[in-house]
Amino acid sequence: MSHLVETLGLASSLQLLSLSPPGWGANLLRGLVNSLQIAFGAFGFGLVIGLFGAYGKLYGGPVVRDLLAVYTTVIRAVPELVLILILYYIGTDLINQMAAALGYGRVEINGVVAGIWVLGIVQGAYATEILRGAILAVPPGQIEAARAYGMPPFMLMRRVTIPAMMSFAIPGLANLWLIATKDTALLAVVGFNELTLETKQAAGSTRAYFTFFLAAGAIYLAVTLISGVAFKRIERWARKGQPSLRSGGA
Amino acid sequence: MTALRPLLVPHRIVMMLVALGIVAWCAVSMRWDWIPRYSGLALEGLWRTIWLLVVSSVLGMLLAIPLGLAQAVGPWYLSAPAKAFCTIIRGTPLLLQIWLLYYGLGSLFPQFPAIRNSELWPYLRQAWPYAVLALTLSFAGYEGEVMRGAFSGVARGQIEAARAFGMPRRTIFRRIWLPQAIRNALPTLAGETILQLKATPLVATITVIDIYAVASRVRQDTFIVYEPLLLLAVIYMVIAGAIALAFKRFELRIPARAR
Repeated sequence: MSHLVETLGLASSLQLLSLSPPGWGANLLRGLVNSLQIAFGAFGFGLVIGLFGAYGKLYGGPVVRDLLAVYTTVIRAVPELVLILILYYIGTDLINQMAAALGYGRVEINGVVAGIWVLGIVQGAYATEILRGAILAVPPGQIEAARAYGMPPFMLMRRVTIPAMMSFAIPGLANLWLIATKDTALLAVVGFNELTLETKQAAGSTRAYFTFFLAAGAIYLAVTLISGVAFKRIERWARKGQPSLRSGGA
Repeated sequence: MTALRPLLVPHRIVMMLVALGIVAWCAVSMRWDWIPRYSGLALEGLWRTIWLLVVSSVLGMLLAIPLGLAQAVGPWYLSAPAKAFCTIIRGTPLLLQIWLLYYGLGSLFPQFPAIRNSELWPYLRQAWPYAVLALTLSFAGYEGEVMRGAFSGVARGQIEAARAFGMPRRTIFRRIWLPQAIRNALPTLAGETILQLKATPLVATITVIDIYAVASRVRQDTFIVYEPLLLLAVIYMVIAGAIALAFKRFELRIPARAR
């Protein structure tokens, strides 16, 4: 009897999660796509900020360095949720003022772009610190040698610094990517339809809270585990030609 | 005075003056008249935030010690579940965990008359037990991973020496192993606690009135957007700074690792 109920319970859960309309699976998948889009965009935007930030912290003038120190400290001390709200309002205000100055009416902000802008600035602070540490770990002789050959700064960055620092930066960046995927959930609070909010809506209208939240948890976990495998491969690729850490140098 | 010297460089003095100017401009031209009306609620919210932070960190740490120990030296039937727990907690967003516990358990419990009639029911109907539970489990998941490294980082010779002295296993754990593991974990503990502080505003989404919820309420009531959020950011920065300072003092009191 209990077996029957259990299979029946599972059957109704599966029905709720199915992709066709009586089920909410399609909504969850749409949320996942939105989440991944934002995570990718924010991670990339954060990397760009981080690269400039790391260069500014290492080679910039005293004012640039102090300003970057303020940026990374503030971002890392204030909750992401508060930052998201502040940056969200500032972003929409700026765009609306620009639109008004150019003679347009109020602009509806695309949720994906807003999410990338907000999370990208948060990610940028962490990426700055990670990349700064990675650049410092590159043996200075390699950069000096490239300079001695007369390489222009951009070529030096592209050909020497970035490839040489990759292996030091990858573990930190892998962590940062996981933070990016998890932080997209916070956009649910500002009403953006990513995976967590879609899940809550589905759960709220069907009253099957456990089914949907556990399903969403499984999706997030799958993303995390797959990313872990992918980053391990990237790390192996970035470390090729270098002695392994365990054997202690050759 | 030596601590002040690096601040007295010309460009820093100019930057500090600019910062003071911005603060003064904020104080003069922004609206702060809502503060007296909400100050009582804000203090209550602040207290709740700090209470949640302390309770969930302490409980989480107590849970993290067995989790770390199980992963470091436990047999497979203990280490596998501990590892799975840490992976799941670290692999899913905290917001989802909070909502799963609050909405999921909150909709499950009323179906059992035994729970409805129990003495715990008045508490289980409120939101804060779920907030504490979710934050505690989250802290335990992250710190359990740290404690795993900290336990395996204690030099074997220390434990062997204790065994050679004929210490019983419990005493070895209490006097040798645990203190050194905690000392190994201490540098990351400050960062983890600040991360935990930054996680607390999520409980506002399940109707716990913490300091973040008070700021949202001001925004909804008065349509003042930036002022409450900026003040909120400053408050969190002050708390984070206090945590960092407290841990630094604590670390100074503990004898440095012998090298």
